[in-house]
Amino acid sequence: MDLDPDDIFRDDEDDLDNDFHLEKEATKEFLVILVDASPKMFNTTSPSEDNKDETHFHIAVSCISQSLKTQIINRSYDEVAICFFNTREKKNLQDLNGVFVFNVADRDYLDRPTARLIKEFDLIEDSFMREIGSQYGIVSGSRENSLYNALWVAQALLRKGSTKTAYKRMLLFTNEDDPFGSIEGAAKADMRKTTMQRAEDARDLGISIELLPLSRPDEEFNVSHFYADLMGLKGDDLAQFIPSAGQKVEDMKFQLRKRMFTKRVVRKINFSIANGLSIELGSYALIRPAVPGATTWLDSVTNHPLKTERTLICTDTGALLSASTKHFQPYKNENIKFSVEELSEIKRISTGNLRLLGFKPLSCLKDYHNLKPSTFLYPSDEEVSGSRCIFIALHRSMLRLKRFAVAFYGISSCPRLVALVAQDEIIRDGGQVEPPGMNMIYLPYSDDIRDIDEVLPDSDAATPHATDEQIRKAAALVKRIDLKEFSVCQFANPALQRHYAVLQALALEEDEMPDIKDETLPDEEGMSRPGVVSALEDFKLSVYGDHYDEECEGKASGTSRKRKTPAENAVKECASYNWGDLADNGQLKDLTVTELKYYLAAHNLPVAGKKEALISRILTHMGK
Amino acid sequence: MARNKEALVLLIDVGPTMHKYIPEAEKVCSMLAVKKLIYKKYDSVGVVLFGTEDTKNELTKEVGGYEHVVVLRDIRVVDGDLVESLQQLPRGTFSGDFLDAIIVGMDMLIKKYDKTEKGKKRLCLITDALCPIKEPYEGTKEDQIITIAEQMTAYGIRMESIVVRGRHRGEGNKKIVDENDHLLDIFSKKTRAKFVYVENPISLLGALRTRNIVPVTIFRGDLEISSKLKIKVWVYKKTSEEKFPSLKKYSDKAPSTDKFATHEVKVDYEYKSIEDPRKVVPPEQRIKGYRYGPQVVPISSAEWDAVKFKPEKGVKLLGFTNADNILRHYYMRDVNIFIAEPGNPKASLAVSALARVMKEMNKVAILRCVWRQAQGNVTVGVLTPNVSDRDNICDSFYFNVLPYAEDVREFQFPSFSNLPASVQPNQLQQEAADNFVSMFDLAPSGQEEALLPNSTPNPVLERFYRLVELKSKHPDAAVPPLDETLKKITEPDPELVSKRKSVIDAFCNCFEVKENKKLKKSNRQLLREKPSGSDQGEDYAHIPDKSDTNAIEHASAVKIEKIGDLTPIQDFEAMISRGDSPEWVDKAIKEMKTKILELLKDTSSEKIYPKALEYLVALRKACILEQEPKEFNDFLHHLCEFSQERNLTRFCEFLASKELTLISKTEAVDSEVSDDEARTFLIKPEPKMECT
Repeated sequence: MDLDPDDIFRDDEDDLDNDFHLEKEATKEFLVILVDASPKMFNTTSPSEDNKDETHFHIAVSCISQSLKTQIINRSYDEVAICFFNTREKKNLQDLNGVFVFNVADRDYLDRPTARLIKEFDLIEDSFMREIGSQYGIVSGSRENSLYNALWVAQALLRKGSTKTAYKRMLLFTNEDDPFGSIEGAAKADMRKTTMQRAEDARDLGISIELLPLSRPDEEFNVSHFYADLMGLKGDDLAQFIPSAGQKVEDMKFQLRKRMFTKRVVRKINFSIANGLSIELGSYALIRPAVPGATTWLDSVTNHPLKTERTLICTDTGALLSASTKHFQPYKNENIKFSVEELSEIKRISTGNLRLLGFKPLSCLKDYHNLKPSTFLYPSDEEVSGSRCIFIALHRSMLRLKRFAVAFYGISSCPRLVALVAQDEIIRDGGQVEPPGMNMIYLPYSDDIRDIDEVLPDSDAATPHATDEQIRKAAALVKRIDLKEFSVCQFANPALQRHYAVLQALALEEDEMPDIKDETLPDEEGMSRPGVVSALEDFKLSVYGDHYDEECEGKASGTSRKRKTPAENAVKECASYNWGDLADNGQLKDLTVTELKYYLAAHNLPVAGKKEALISRILTHMGK
Repeated sequence: MARNKEALVLLIDVGPTMHKYIPEAEKVCSMLAVKKLIYKKYDSVGVVLFGTEDTKNELTKEVGGYEHVVVLRDIRVVDGDLVESLQQLPRGTFSGDFLDAIIVGMDMLIKKYDKTEKGKKRLCLITDALCPIKEPYEGTKEDQIITIAEQMTAYGIRMESIVVRGRHRGEGNKKIVDENDHLLDIFSKKTRAKFVYVENPISLLGALRTRNIVPVTIFRGDLEISSKLKIKVWVYKKTSEEKFPSLKKYSDKAPSTDKFATHEVKVDYEYKSIEDPRKVVPPEQRIKGYRYGPQVVPISSAEWDAVKFKPEKGVKLLGFTNADNILRHYYMRDVNIFIAEPGNPKASLAVSALARVMKEMNKVAILRCVWRQAQGNVTVGVLTPNVSDRDNICDSFYFNVLPYAEDVREFQFPSFSNLPASVQPNQLQQEAADNFVSMFDLAPSGQEEALLPNSTPNPVLERFYRLVELKSKHPDAAVPPLDETLKKITEPDPELVSKRKSVIDAFCNCFEVKENKKLKKSNRQLLREKPSGSDQGEDYAHIPDKSDTNAIEHASAVKIEKIGDLTPIQDFEAMISRGDSPEWVDKAIKEMKTKILELLKDTSSEKIYPKALEYLVALRKACILEQEPKEFNDFLHHLCEFSQERNLTRFCEFLASKELTLISKTEAVDSEVSDDEARTFLIKPEPKMECT
């Protein structure tokens, strides 16, 4: 039972909203990660940001470690196996040479990731050479074929479960584009053939094989040597395969991580344009707030999970109700009743499609026209061929003319007007930073917008606007504190990182609580550079004159005085009661709530709750 | 009056030129009344009509004049009569003088409340302002308006004017119109008055705020540019989704004679041990378990409080950056507005200077915000300038939340330029698209922008509240179809479509789309897109579990020799696809048929129908692939007879409802069944079956 009581207490309607944020995933994924551990992986290095060279092996391992940490949080039902090949030692069910399946206690080879797996995998680089060892497994004169063996082991692991309920994948990390390069003649052709056959068998079983090639900037990984055939890439697919040849290790890591996730279509959308012409789009939730996973209730004595039972009780008669199909809204001293069907009929105001209403210039889309995260749209020709062509044409026109489309998105859970904003592809350092497509931005209705600036409480005085001099000083300041390299989502969420670090520590029964760095704090050092400080002072002087400090001090004490008054007042009032006597004689209940609150406020206790709660809080505080 | 109460006087122009807008005015005003009855039961509302034939107001009795102004309702607490009277506004016959109406409205407010309740008294004027106002006895019209505006400020009365004018500017005498607009504008300059033009009925519905929510700050304190420079700001919500009201559950258990029944339902939760369902675990014995992979880690809330992330309250600047660095689609949530602390001119100056320079230099500011002290998380967001062009409105900032690294899923999509040439639009198509995008225009210059979010009401809420009012009179009323005006939000405006017909037609004719009904998807794609139970409301009526049968090509290589009970469909597929002997196909088909018949023999419960259908679909698919249509068609005939004999007619109907058909010629050449026959077979059972 994964019921979070906070969830249950919410109204039914909210659940749809919930879906919007937490994509439910009907299928799970079985993933076997194959990591080439040949000496070449340890020799070839790429320069990283701080000019330290890092081996390809290290890059692969750190990407895997990161993705495991993400997986255990977001999709912990997915199963994963980590398998090295071209190793000295062997460990696998088939007892094949040169293949080592990494695992930890209490876990099958292909199983859900555990805290222990993550922890031990983080340390693998220290023990790798000693315990597993690197040795290239394909040498002339020997019939051994480590790549073949690796595919065989992976395929055997993926025999688990049916392709109906699970999506099966192999991910192959290597920097060798021609694994049989050292073999000559017939042996080579033979090895190549058997390996291809192995891969084809795997694909026939519904297993997809994906390659994550690692390469140096100066020597590109040539997919067509061997791996294009292995993965079954042809024509268009081959052209779309982008080898990740980053200039820097950071770029490469970034791109590898990107590819380790499978993309899943949230839903197919029918986009009707005009005259009955409609095209097919896939919608992808690329940006959604990551939230800590659901909690379950446990019995604190046994630590066993509890089952939640919900009962509906009629307030008037106390009778148990089996189900409630009617709802009501009090109105004019009556209860207006609605059946569930009627409520869903009210919400059904459109057919569920996305319907184009027209176009507007981008300047019409204001910064406050936003309510929730956007959804990415990419065309598909699968069910309606011709969709991509129309989409691309519109996309180009909208980019060129700087216009966005307004459409109505009629899904029954929350029908809304949306803005479709075309996004051009952005490629940086050989990697895709923004995919090409349209972003669907959910627009507010007039009911959702508040006119704060126009209806402020008191504004008898004319509101001043800055003078040119002040603006010039502000410009100098803005220029000084410029984040040139800022990119959206460069920060990790400190609260979430903390949450999972604590969980991980507790799961592994570690005593030490981890320390998480809060990356979101401002750069104090940079702010205290003389240039910045003088720009700040100039600006301050031009706006506040010489009296900044007094003014702010004065203001601060002014507001805090106001804030403090109730507390001080409470202390004074509180002193006029003999709380001990009142409590002993059980007379607290004779006081009013306001009187009780004097005590609570004077002692800095929370003042919320019903009278009984207040009394018991006072008694607890007095130690009675 | 309590803090949240207000007194409102509606001033509605019902003169001849307004008649075509009155239906919408009735709707928006009665909606306002309905919402007040639900959310603001103790607010007071008065109604003044002008442009009427009659005259009925106190001022005309006291000082004379003020003709054609009727006080329809004195200021009093909202009730059902108000809704009814607003739903049936009379049509007037005279040109109304909006200034007379404003004065009558002000007089009512002042007589009732005098100078008390400042800021809670509101006038709302709906007019087309096409008719001239009367010349004053002394001074100019402008002087008169200024005097009135000053009075409004003195008495703390706010005013909202909605001026309705058709799309065609030719309406009315230009000189008068300009003069009136000028006069109304004086109000918005001299006092707290809002003034909006409305061109079409939808925006009239959206222009009047029907539910007033008292703004509450979410933060008051310093915007810390650095530790040395702090600007006092207040932060409010600028947008916040108005949710569909959450209705209470209704219980009909109480006897109808019980007049005091609440009809409410109490929802009770009990936590029980899974091993022993009779044992109820008391709340203090419960502990929250947090999931980490397969492990569940129990942590009490006290423990959690000790270790969780606890940032300090405060709003700090991280720096400025180019506006282009922040793409629009990264905005995550509803929007906040930062304004300088009211009554602090230095703070307004500082906000104004920063806002103006940011706008000029096309910069934005990145902030780190912790709004409250006990808040468990930090918000990083972007501050964009909102520079006001009016003297009495201060400059401010909008604040949007940005995603964290964890919130972004980094997928790659193929570049459009890498897609095959066949899907690249040619020059002709691109030109048609350009024309379409620029001509199918919702914001033509010189006209009101259509579907402006600020004046487009939520059609679902409109529909709900209208139904609440309708049901209060006719409890059994059905949900009426969507109002024609509201349809203009969900569907393209027919007027615009016909105006741009040639451009739209040209665009549509340039492209060709084709639906691929019988499409063979690869297994992988199918699994990927298996919608997460979320395809409700879509038009894809698939036979359930189509994916099962498509998986045939990839069935397991493990040698299956028999259809087992655990995974019959997979076994069947595996047998079919065994390459080692063609006999397996016959054997598999035979076994599957037996399986289906067994299933139907075992029980007559309808629960097994979906399962039987699954098997049939798998069999059908295999028979098409293996070119054995006769096997399937004969079996379906047999199955129908079989069901007739056993009184399982519902089963045939079930199959028909799921569109299971015979295999037709087009699907498999060997079939002897035409498309029509295939389709109608189950729908019209053969006559002989009806006899039995």
